[in-house]
Amino acid sequence: MEGLSTTLGSGAMTNSIAELHTMGPGDTIFAIGTNTTECHPIIGIAMIKAVKRGAKLIVVDPRATTLTQHADVWLRLQPGSDVALLNAIAHVILQNGWEATEYIAKHTENFSEFKKIAARYFPYKAAEITGVPATLIKDAAKIIGQSRNVAIYYTMGVTQHTSGVDNVMAVSNIAVLTGNIGRAKTGVNPLRGQNNVQGACDMGALPDVLPGYQKVQKTDVREKFAKAWGVEIPEEQGLTVPSVLDGIEKGEVKAVYIFGENPLRSDPDINHVKHCLEKVELLIVQDIFLTETAQIADVVLPGAAFAEKDGTFTSTERRVQRVRKAIEPPGQCKPDWQILSELIAAMGYPAAYSHPQEIFEEMRQLTPSYNGISYARLENESLQWPCPTNDHPGTPILHVGSSIRGKARFVPADFRLPAELPDKEYPMMLTTGRVVAHYHTGTMTRRCWGLRGVAPYEMVEIHPEDAAALAIEDGDQISVSSRRGEVLAVAKVTTRVSPGLVFMTFHYSESSGNMLTNTACDPTTQTPELKVCAVAVRKVKSPGVHLADTGFLQQNTAPEGVFHQPALSNAPH
Amino acid sequence: MQQVLTTCPYCGSGCTLYLEVEDNTIVRVKPNSVNSVNEGALCSKGHFGMDFVHSKDRLTSPLIRKNGELTKASWEEAYNYIASRLLQYAGEFGGKSIAGFSSARCTNEENYLMQKMMRAVLGSNSVDHCARL
Repeated sequence: MEGLSTTLGSGAMTNSIAELHTMGPGDTIFAIGTNTTECHPIIGIAMIKAVKRGAKLIVVDPRATTLTQHADVWLRLQPGSDVALLNAIAHVILQNGWEATEYIAKHTENFSEFKKIAARYFPYKAAEITGVPATLIKDAAKIIGQSRNVAIYYTMGVTQHTSGVDNVMAVSNIAVLTGNIGRAKTGVNPLRGQNNVQGACDMGALPDVLPGYQKVQKTDVREKFAKAWGVEIPEEQGLTVPSVLDGIEKGEVKAVYIFGENPLRSDPDINHVKHCLEKVELLIVQDIFLTETAQIADVVLPGAAFAEKDGTFTSTERRVQRVRKAIEPPGQCKPDWQILSELIAAMGYPAAYSHPQEIFEEMRQLTPSYNGISYARLENESLQWPCPTNDHPGTPILHVGSSIRGKARFVPADFRLPAELPDKEYPMMLTTGRVVAHYHTGTMTRRCWGLRGVAPYEMVEIHPEDAAALAIEDGDQISVSSRRGEVLAVAKVTTRVSPGLVFMTFHYSESSGNMLTNTACDPTTQTPELKVCAVAVRKVKSPGVHLADTGFLQQNTAPEGVFHQPALSNAPH
Repeated sequence: MQQVLTTCPYCGSGCTLYLEVEDNTIVRVKPNSVNSVNEGALCSKGHFGMDFVHSKDRLTSPLIRKNGELTKASWEEAYNYIASRLLQYAGEFGGKSIAGFSSARCTNEENYLMQKMMRAVLGSNSVDHCARL
């Protein structure tokens, strides 16, 4: 978000998903660091359909995915070398005069600085850093430079690096350089991985902004909210999740309230997270399951699932949509908005909300980009913010005419190495991601009969050459370890990964990739480098031993019930 | 049977779907095809990913740790316990001693209330969520 805010003035997806349905000859989809068909399947399928109609597809991914099979050019880069690759693409575009000269002159700034940096990234040099042949870099640049429209899509493959912000700005530079902003079928489009990440950001669940990205450090903003809420708003910027953990270590943070999250599986270096959350004096967890995090809490509050409450979600394309109550929650569970308002009232602050609509009304009065959105309107339509007035139709495409910050800014960046690279002790590189059947820490999907069997346990992808050197065969039980921990899982020997690279998910509590990942963060956003760390792999057991018999599934903290069906009755293959 | 139009709880694409409900139980999911980003389609999670709602592992009561064990408690007891402890920390060490992790899984209204509670009631801007992840 930070990267795009700097270059364009807003961190959200610039364009709309439906535009993919209209893409064809002359249009290009540039997908970088997104395994779209697994993580956003509906969008991934729309991309493939566009390709079938004649659109070009360029994919940047260290790993073979469904998208790479459909790509005109697949740039198989070394994880973490994105900036070098993107700068080299810009280099080739500039060298051939494919840049959007008129757009650059009218609507951008800092172009000359960017040109200086890009000039240094010769494709042959970038090839050495990225492992991508120079000819492929030139092919990709030609397609981008000569297409009528280029829509760039990315996800965490771009952001979860110590150079995450630089990566995003390098992506943005390509869009600005080629004038692919502010029109249909173009744009810089970060796809959000969770149903309401966009909404949580929009609502000010961030330490530096109030709802609608209104900066907490601005006096007029604080005054506005102080007037509406009847109390002073603290001026000092708050702590991010990683800084909260540090604050616990230092004894400065005494209490943590965790609402609908499971950092004991979703955050890097789980052992460190656990150490901190066990140390904090008061840990409150509000969730629907006794997650790994809830198990170590002092107080646990039972919330409601999405089907048990009313409200709204905001999707990745800034689209606000209704969530409707279909069933009653079990036992004493309550909708989370009700729990929060009752707790607020218990602390002596007025909070007499009887329905989420009343909360939405309060919020939209204070949030200009949501001001024209109401439950009444959402009955008949879904609206994309900014939607400032009751008769505003919503905004499918941002930055039409000019960018939100006035002029789009080129922000050149140089390539930096990831924080932790393979060495003698930990000779392989680990990258992490998702599989289509599962979601995040698996607390929901592993409890679904139709999904669990599709991918019942962690399968670590390892290249045949590496497997042979370690005497590992497909289906063997292996150990993967890093400086932070060790997990056991099953080997999947495949050319989907390059030699030297292994791939894991973080869906499986008993084999979580986040036992291994590194907490090293991007210096601006504090997004951790989940996509690169150094690991060692060794064989533990050959197949034939029933995995359930080895006890390796039980040794961790798998919640009761997750494995009560015989999902492991067949040896993996 | 009742059909309720709602939004999928998984990734951020924003697919809309109908939950088909019988006896307070979700029996089937049907993709929405009118004005929807998914145009009548759903992925495996959208189609087959709703069992968790009815899992026997669901929490059903507030729990407070007593003598090392998480023990069932009433809502009133839980609210009073949390309220007194949080207000005590806020009073003694200031709002900065309290942090909240909000939820990218929950609704806009709930996220709004979470940050309002942290800022307006406890005096802390330390509210964040897993957008960084």
